[in-house]
Amino acid sequence: MSSPLYSWGRFPYSPQGAHRCSWRSEIATLLGSVIDTYGGTLPYGNGRSYGDSCLAESDQVVHMRTLDRFIQVDWQQGTVLAESGVTLAEILAISIPQGWFLSVTPGTQFATIGGAIANDVHGKNHHLRGTFGNHVRRFGLLRHGQEPLTCSPTDNPELYAATIGGLGLTGVITWAEIQLMPIRSSQIDSTVVRFGNLVEFFALSAELDHQHEYSVAWIDCLAKGAQTGRGVFIVGEHARYGSLEVDERAKLRVPLTPPVSLINNLSLRAFNEVYWRLHPAQRTRKRGSYEPFFYPLDRILHWNRIYGRRGFQQYQCVIPDSVAEVAMRDLLGAIADSGQGSFLAVLKRCGDIASPGLLSFPLAGTSLALDFPQKADLTALFTRLDAIVREAGGRLYPAKDAHMTGSDFRQAYPVWEKLEALRDPTLISRFWKRVTA
Amino acid sequence: MKKILIIGATSAIATACARLWAGQGSEFFLVARNNEKLEQTAADLQARGAKAVTLHRMDATDLAAHPGMLDSCLNALQQIDIALIAHGTLPDQKACEQDVGIALQEFANNGTSVIALLTRLANQFEIQRCGSLAVISSVAGDRGRPSNYLYGTAKAAVSTFCEGLRARLFKVGVHVMDIKPGFVDTPMTQGLPLPAALVAKPEQVAQCILKGIERKVAILYAPGFWALIMLIIRSIPQPVFKRLNL
Repeated sequence: MSSPLYSWGRFPYSPQGAHRCSWRSEIATLLGSVIDTYGGTLPYGNGRSYGDSCLAESDQVVHMRTLDRFIQVDWQQGTVLAESGVTLAEILAISIPQGWFLSVTPGTQFATIGGAIANDVHGKNHHLRGTFGNHVRRFGLLRHGQEPLTCSPTDNPELYAATIGGLGLTGVITWAEIQLMPIRSSQIDSTVVRFGNLVEFFALSAELDHQHEYSVAWIDCLAKGAQTGRGVFIVGEHARYGSLEVDERAKLRVPLTPPVSLINNLSLRAFNEVYWRLHPAQRTRKRGSYEPFFYPLDRILHWNRIYGRRGFQQYQCVIPDSVAEVAMRDLLGAIADSGQGSFLAVLKRCGDIASPGLLSFPLAGTSLALDFPQKADLTALFTRLDAIVREAGGRLYPAKDAHMTGSDFRQAYPVWEKLEALRDPTLISRFWKRVTA
Repeated sequence: MKKILIIGATSAIATACARLWAGQGSEFFLVARNNEKLEQTAADLQARGAKAVTLHRMDATDLAAHPGMLDSCLNALQQIDIALIAHGTLPDQKACEQDVGIALQEFANNGTSVIALLTRLANQFEIQRCGSLAVISSVAGDRGRPSNYLYGTAKAAVSTFCEGLRARLFKVGVHVMDIKPGFVDTPMTQGLPLPAALVAKPEQVAQCILKGIERKVAILYAPGFWALIMLIIRSIPQPVFKRLNL
């Protein structure tokens, strides 16, 4: 057993015993021995899930990160076949020089392929390309006590659908084949403009989203009244001309966890004000490397430590289009009233491309994500936000969650029973236990 | 682009080194005991940019198999720019104290087999008059500690052998590097209660090794802070050392 593992938000705080998996041939034995000793387990990738969906009920996880070999790459077709612990950064490091990029990438490149499938992650091009699961051709699945399976839209289609967004509960994903997308350059041409309120955000989104591969907005979650929802709108696409270079700039590092959160009302308000003012009021085009565009926080290793020993929670919800504007105003109003919030709250219009995954999070609507330092009075705020989301027919993102109620979960994801029926009975997370109990 | 022989090629540190070399388009001759693991390692290196990978199954303690392995290697690579010897085991010290057979087998795994390989490789390197022989020993070879002195003894033998070999081959332009890793987070050390602050990732150690080869370092502590730790540990006088439970 190696040193303990945690969830990204470090809340709930429950150290996980790590049982390292290094070779494909050893997974079945390892899985069996952990299950025999502890009664149950859960596959764990690189620990980028925020809440308790990556924590095993038994607090003993099978650590897949070290299962990190490429199996076969095809630079004619742009496909990568790799073991499930390979990270998105490791894929980019070899695919970019060959002119290929991830078809869908989340906001961190440190997630593993297995984790990206299990959480069916999405990114800034959801409106055009759907989720990560839309680009998974097939994968290997190992269920306790069974022969290894290959899952694809045609082979074991039920398990294929249940595993995409299946939170690691249907079996251990051992390898996967994904489809990349061709690029001519690793630079991103982006257009940035700030906006004064939510109405302007929706107008910009309607005008610009369909013209650009990538679209996202940062918002100042503390702005009130007429300024509610002010922020910075960012669209971009891969440059047509330029070089194919892997970004290898030096990373900064938060060396230790401070006893208390460095994010407080004062630092937050000042940061948000300055960040908004620094951005141009006129539409401004610029070209830059892909890394700061997609992965600004990856520059700072262990950034989750700035929230101190108590950790933090991320609140991410998606609200259907028809009521998105009203609900977002209510949500942001409630957050601004509470005076709590985060750097870089993210607002994003999702598209209507269906994911193959049963429990996929995105739906045609608007998604809001923000981080809150963990403290006792978060419960009151989250209860208020949950009521707005419920009323609007929206839902929360299991990969980020550490608080949603079982009834909210079961109402928002009515197919959960199908996943429960296909779950490997020896795999269960703290999240699943909490929301299905 | 380099031509590289790795013995113990499926070990974590060797794999991490090989991935860095693969990114430079190197050519490999990989030696290990397990065919399946060799094949998986080769596919990974090819995806990461290796120009060519040849596999050879061999148990390093089978000394009679060494000449055949070396012939196949030269056949595939023509010459060897870097030879990395990375195989080894972490013995159960208690078992070695009770059973001479186990003790000598562990000495063969970590000591004799390395010396035999180095003897043959040295003659090849002497002929080609260039290249680097890099050998993974351990900080454990610096002192005989009650918790694992059999392992330490074998590694110390390798280190002393390397020192002599270095002086012999220096005259013909061949570099011999003795790599002494500290605690590394690998399958070999899984389950040991190691102090987390001192444990390095195999990738960190691999970067030290590549830099060490480039700069022709003689004795490489990896990561570098182990040089300081071992300086202190080496200077503990016997009357004190024998009372410690290191």
